[in-house]
Amino acid sequence: MSTSEILFWFLSVLALFSAIMVLVSKNPIHSVLWLIIVFFAISGHYLLLNAQFLAIVNIIVYAGAIMVLFLFVIMLMNQNPETEPKRNIWVKFSAVISGGLLLWIFISASVSASDINGKMATVNEGNIGLIENLGKVLFNEYALPFEISSVLFLSAMVGAVVIGKKD
Amino acid sequence: MPIQYYIALASCLFCIGVVGVLTRRNAIIVFMCIELMLNAVNLLLVAFSKMHYANAVITDKLTAAGTDAQLFVFFIMVVAAAEVSVGLAIIVMMYRNIHSVDINFLNRLKN
Repeated sequence: MSTSEILFWFLSVLALFSAIMVLVSKNPIHSVLWLIIVFFAISGHYLLLNAQFLAIVNIIVYAGAIMVLFLFVIMLMNQNPETEPKRNIWVKFSAVISGGLLLWIFISASVSASDINGKMATVNEGNIGLIENLGKVLFNEYALPFEISSVLFLSAMVGAVVIGKKD
Repeated sequence: MPIQYYIALASCLFCIGVVGVLTRRNAIIVFMCIELMLNAVNLLLVAFSKMHYANAVITDKLTAAGTDAQLFVFFIMVVAAAEVSVGLAIIVMMYRNIHSVDINFLNRLKN
């Protein structure tokens, strides 16, 4: 096995295990910390696929900003395992069954799709993920969506303040 | 790596997110599971962009195929950041009104 294969399997197992731990852990703080590990594993996958810009943005935006926001809200609400609401066992059981069925459909659809059979995703090569190439396309072809997203951010900011303020 | 491996990994992450939305009752955890699903889709988009690049680079050495998918991922992250800020504000407002983040208290719009 080559180094990138070993890294792929390690990061995949880490991501899946941490994602399951997000659901299983009783304490919401621990869920947030496990989710941060999932995001780091996914960033590792991006690095493996030579998408360096997205890897860094994923760490800064998701693991940095969004997860800090989650942690802050959980600590503000004084969430702990004692106040954690629980569903009954049958709802959990049927949820796992339906999630498993969905996974089965996805896997069987991807296995039987003939036009992606045997295709490879290049690992550790290619320079389309570098910030130079992405920036050129972003500010030429995608300049209008980029500007519109700033309006989206402004409206989200105003909306968060309006919803969150005490009336 | 074969693209099937990435599809399997992203499907597993997505389904874990779906199971989380269905099993947990804490609104914050449900929201975190939605983030997990978004990330699974992002990972799949990046993997497909590299697959597309691998096909195009055979004929053209300096191809820019696959750049679009990575920019889509960038825009998904932008939208997710805006969505999280509004969503958490809604959860904080809900906590202030009913002193709980249990989504079963939200099964009716009145009261």
